[in-house]
Amino acid sequence: MFAQFKTLLASPSPAWLKRLYGHGDPIWKLLLILGSVLVAVLIIAIGWMLWNQSADARAEFGWGFLLPTLDARWDPVADSFRAWPFVYGTLVTSLVAILLAVPMSVGVAIFLAELCPSWLRLPLNWMIELLAAIPSVVYGLWGIFVFLPKTVPLVGGVLSKTLGQIPVLSTLFAGPVPQSGASRLGAAFILTIMIMPTITAVTRDVLLSIPNSQREASLALGSTKWEAIWRVLLPYGLSGILGAVLLGLGRALGETMAVTMVIGNSITARPTLLSPGYTMASVIANEFAEAVSKLHSQVLIEIGLVLFFLTLVLNVAARFLVWSVARRTSCEVRL
Amino acid sequence: MTVLESQPTVNQMALGVRRKATNAIMLSLTGVMTLLALVPLFWIIGYVVYRGGQSLDWAFFTQLPKPLGMEGGGILHALEGTIVMTILAAVFATPPGVLAAFYSAYHPNTPLGVVVRFSTDVLSGVPSIVIGLFGYAVLVVPAGHYSALAGGAALAIVMLPTIVRTTDEMLKMVPHSLREASLALGAPEWKTSLQVIFPAALNGIITGFLLAVARAAGETAPLLFTALGNERYEIGLIIRNGLAQRQSALQIIGRIVDQPVDSLPLTLWKYAQQPYPERIEQSWTIALVLMILVLFLNIIARLWVEARRRRLQG
Repeated sequence: MFAQFKTLLASPSPAWLKRLYGHGDPIWKLLLILGSVLVAVLIIAIGWMLWNQSADARAEFGWGFLLPTLDARWDPVADSFRAWPFVYGTLVTSLVAILLAVPMSVGVAIFLAELCPSWLRLPLNWMIELLAAIPSVVYGLWGIFVFLPKTVPLVGGVLSKTLGQIPVLSTLFAGPVPQSGASRLGAAFILTIMIMPTITAVTRDVLLSIPNSQREASLALGSTKWEAIWRVLLPYGLSGILGAVLLGLGRALGETMAVTMVIGNSITARPTLLSPGYTMASVIANEFAEAVSKLHSQVLIEIGLVLFFLTLVLNVAARFLVWSVARRTSCEVRL
Repeated sequence: MTVLESQPTVNQMALGVRRKATNAIMLSLTGVMTLLALVPLFWIIGYVVYRGGQSLDWAFFTQLPKPLGMEGGGILHALEGTIVMTILAAVFATPPGVLAAFYSAYHPNTPLGVVVRFSTDVLSGVPSIVIGLFGYAVLVVPAGHYSALAGGAALAIVMLPTIVRTTDEMLKMVPHSLREASLALGAPEWKTSLQVIFPAALNGIITGFLLAVARAAGETAPLLFTALGNERYEIGLIIRNGLAQRQSALQIIGRIVDQPVDSLPLTLWKYAQQPYPERIEQSWTIALVLMILVLFLNIIARLWVEARRRRLQG
């Protein structure tokens, strides 16, 4: 097929193409610019559309829409909406997922970048990347039917019996634990598995971009391998690793299908990790296609706007942090 | 005195042991974490193959869903919907993606080049549910109905960053001397790009394309409010009707893309939430089909890249 393609390109051009020949470069340049502008404009278009389409909702509810509130009203019939239960659900599941995923991912990244024998490196990289390739709905299906019933009652039971008895912590760890496992904790577990490959891959690249002189200097001063990693490499790459964490956080905030399937989708006032909850992405997924009133769909688009804005900020910050390591490194190599 | 001082004291020796122990423990901990991280992968793959394999047969691919309570029934509609929307997405995303990558690879320090790379990175972080909302507002509302076209366009936005980034990287791998040689022989910029550089980078571009297709084929969230779902979608019927009414090929294609469709992940999501055991059973089989499709594309793409890298390195 490619051979045909090549002969087609090499064959003598028709007359109109020959006429174009002299003007080819401006046309080519124009096409390149059009493609580039399209990519750049998409971001602006998404933001503008979300902003535009949520105007009434923003005027109606103001900032109080997003802020913490005790009366968690979400009543599409009465057109009365507060987003706090969803904001809370998104924040708490994402933060717990980050807390669990970061030590794990950094450990795996250290193993892949610093310790792994070279014959094992490629297959391991592949397997971690396959973990990111599994579709979100498959994670959700496996999570709700297999993974959560096995882990959440067990872990949640231990948590509610220990931390759940301590006065302040009990707001987060109070029982009872649902036998199905559908809970904020369960969603955090699934998110942990889903964002781990992202954080691992970026951290691994950051570690690999650190110049060898850093390792050699540390080892030559008599440090053990772990001390070289812990005292020299991790501090050196810290901003890049923070960038990786922010990228993972962005993924976790926006993750929709798997979370919707495992979190239980219930609007409760109870803030505990062990009860079912709801997230911003899940409420959009569940309610948007059947939004009753115009205000209802506008409110959901406003939630989408908040998600978009949060992930935008996290992504921009993450890129700058990762770039800062790469830039510093290339300067030193040149020196 | 000096000799005595250089002798390690008991305290220092203990410290040495502690340092060595910390070293050993922490290093082996990273290995344990790596093993632990791979547990979900094998658990998911193993369980989905075990559960999904039980009711996988040919009829599953060739039949439409049966009414609830009846035995059997397949996912032909979802399979066709996935194929139609993935093709549409690829058609929408590939040309602008490759053009943008050419621009950012060969004009990396111009303002537009920086903007392209930056917005590609940002776009890949936009939650896919938000892309679904965008598709709804831009394509579904003006058209007045859900359609495969809107779903394909939403998936195209999901594919775009992957295509731009991998194409950009592959173009940078093409030796600069190739481009210089072509330009020195008097070929204009566009001919150099299309006839020299593009074929040289083609393998890599196809790899990125396959990865993007794999990602789009597994996405659900952008389709919730763009493709919506349609259990009676059957391309064969549309084509037969179209031929009977003497419609042109263009009209028939228009009919195929202009109605609500299902896709594999979308159907899986719906079935998994229904309280009927046979639907749950089918959702495991869909998960198996979907996973085989996605992982197969991924592995092919990665093998391709690896073979290419080996060849380049000699």
